[in-house]
Amino acid sequence: MSGESSISLRFAAARAQGRMAFMPFVAAGDPGLETTAALIRELSSRGVDLIEVGFPYSDPIADGPVIQAAYTRALGRGVRVAEIFETIRSVTAAEPQTAPLVAMVSFAIMLRWGIDRFLDDSLHSGFAGLIVPDLPGDEAADLAGAAHARGLDLVQLIAPTTPPERAERILAASSGFVYCISIAGTTGVRNELPPELKSQLTWLRDRTELPLAVGFGISRPDQIAALQGAADGVIVGSAIVRRLERLADDPSQRDAVIREIGDFAATMLRATDPDSAETV
Amino acid sequence: MRDFDLMAQSHTSVPVLSQVPDASGRFGEFGRRFVPETLMRALEELTEEYDRARRDPEFGKQLDHLLATYVGRPSPLYFAERLTEHCGGAGIFLKREDVNHTGAHKINNTIGQALLTLRMGKKRVIAETGAGQHGVATATACARFGLECCVYMGEEDIRRQRLNVFNMKLLGAEVRPVSAGSRTLRDATNEALRDWMGSVATTHYIIGSVVGPHPFPMIVRDFQSVIGREARRQCLERVGRLPNEIIACVGGGSNAAGMFYPFIDDAAVELTGVEAGGTGPEPGRHASTLSYGTRGVLHGSYSYVLQDEDGQTLDVHSISAGLDYPGVGPEHSYWKDSGRVRYVSVTDDEALAAFQKTATLEGIIPAVESSHALAQALKTAGQRPHDDVVIVCVSGRGDKDVQEVARLLGREL
Repeated sequence: MSGESSISLRFAAARAQGRMAFMPFVAAGDPGLETTAALIRELSSRGVDLIEVGFPYSDPIADGPVIQAAYTRALGRGVRVAEIFETIRSVTAAEPQTAPLVAMVSFAIMLRWGIDRFLDDSLHSGFAGLIVPDLPGDEAADLAGAAHARGLDLVQLIAPTTPPERAERILAASSGFVYCISIAGTTGVRNELPPELKSQLTWLRDRTELPLAVGFGISRPDQIAALQGAADGVIVGSAIVRRLERLADDPSQRDAVIREIGDFAATMLRATDPDSAETV
Repeated sequence: MRDFDLMAQSHTSVPVLSQVPDASGRFGEFGRRFVPETLMRALEELTEEYDRARRDPEFGKQLDHLLATYVGRPSPLYFAERLTEHCGGAGIFLKREDVNHTGAHKINNTIGQALLTLRMGKKRVIAETGAGQHGVATATACARFGLECCVYMGEEDIRRQRLNVFNMKLLGAEVRPVSAGSRTLRDATNEALRDWMGSVATTHYIIGSVVGPHPFPMIVRDFQSVIGREARRQCLERVGRLPNEIIACVGGGSNAAGMFYPFIDDAAVELTGVEAGGTGPEPGRHASTLSYGTRGVLHGSYSYVLQDEDGQTLDVHSISAGLDYPGVGPEHSYWKDSGRVRYVSVTDDEALAAFQKTATLEGIIPAVESSHALAQALKTAGQRPHDDVVIVCVSGRGDKDVQEVARLLGREL
């Protein structure tokens, strides 16, 4: 759809390097927006391809305990939508080469903020696209149109439970990439990815030019390696967010934790390259 | 996403109000499906199965038989003579859902949905509960049909509704405490939806109210509409005409939806929904979603929601665990905006007073939820002429509440 978007360019660049794109997730405002800004800068400097930024929501039904807790901490500190946009804008304005940012936001928040206003604010603060996890393809047509008119991608999700005819419709409406949910369940670290995942990716691969990015449950380099050849990207959330938990009680460790997350991201990033020695 | 202009027109064309939802689950602009993709197929399957069941005479027969022989329907329409005398105005009739098996209207829905579970070949059921009445009704239906049952319940509600927690366990259900957020109904609903995200292939989610994504608001309304259908017939038999007003309490809104729906196209019958006014109109002190809320999305549907300017759900308060909820069914939002139903608010204290008054004057201990509807009747019946008829839905009995009421009144049990 928007073949020239910064999101699709990043996937194309990773593909040209013969590797998958790596997309870490950060929960905005956990444990404070300064930390979020520092974390985005750190991840970007480590060369991650894209960064997903989660807007804290009071009732995130697709999220497991780790991301729920992060959102609760952020909201407990009074983080507001306007401040998230301001923070993102300050990061992208100071460093235009920041990895493309994708907003992960509940439709409840967008609707309350105003659809057009939310899209305008996303654009002006430097987001490249949006993922709205509680807006299924059936209800997304209006939003997709309004997003595309602004040059923003609206990434759609496909679940293991999505039947083929639904998947076809969702593929037709998605832009930027397709978010392939690895497992029926909420976000959170899993030991194993289900065996059906690969056959679904193969099926999708035959039907779309869009990059396929796999999320939910991924926390280790070997899980990334196992997706080589089947997916174009991986999304890692809870494994990053849980590393921030201890900052809630001890802010003095901030720099160390951010560096540790940077190291983790670098390790995961190396695993996206099949030629790398560390892809065990 | 943009508001429909249709809303303004429907006010003048009341008779079409009952012809909702459409195939995409819209009650006017409300309702629909705002859930993760993972749940979408299950919602489509449920819609298809419900559609088949509705057209299957055997299903109807089976449900009616169970409602008659197991639930104890029809429930009486009782003339509350002494409450009527006390108010000195309209005749007050009580629709006695409190005499149903398990003590509330909730079982009308759980029996129906348990039958749907069997038809879909699923073996496990999950549910959320606030006051515990829906949890007990779900556990009961699951015991009756040999289904595995898991009920999510907030820790605060477990504290104030211990009797029902014990009942659920007796009935073989697992009760999973929810410690997130305000530890009440909204958080229990979140956890049930999360469970369903991972268990959807084998598990049916029996939602307890007319909330959630399509088709739940329609299914629960339809199963609960037996209340209004009976009340309509009983009133015609007893009084020879339809009532002047019907009053029901509204949390998520299932007893009110079931009571109102068969009267929706009878424009002369006034319909009044009573929300939990808690301790005052300030945010956080009440659970009056239709009175003070704004349009938004919660738990998978578009409706009125108590939310802040960022779309974060607000904490709510009510003496009643069953009304302590920041959302409301989308059909109620539709009825509110069309002007068909009037929604008012009753405080904790007014509900407590009505609880005691109904006990001492009628020998009926109503649920604290239902006491909100009774309080509204006590406030307004006196202003009506003597030949008016007001029906109040007593959605459940108050045995579950006596400990909490004793605590609030500062008395020893």
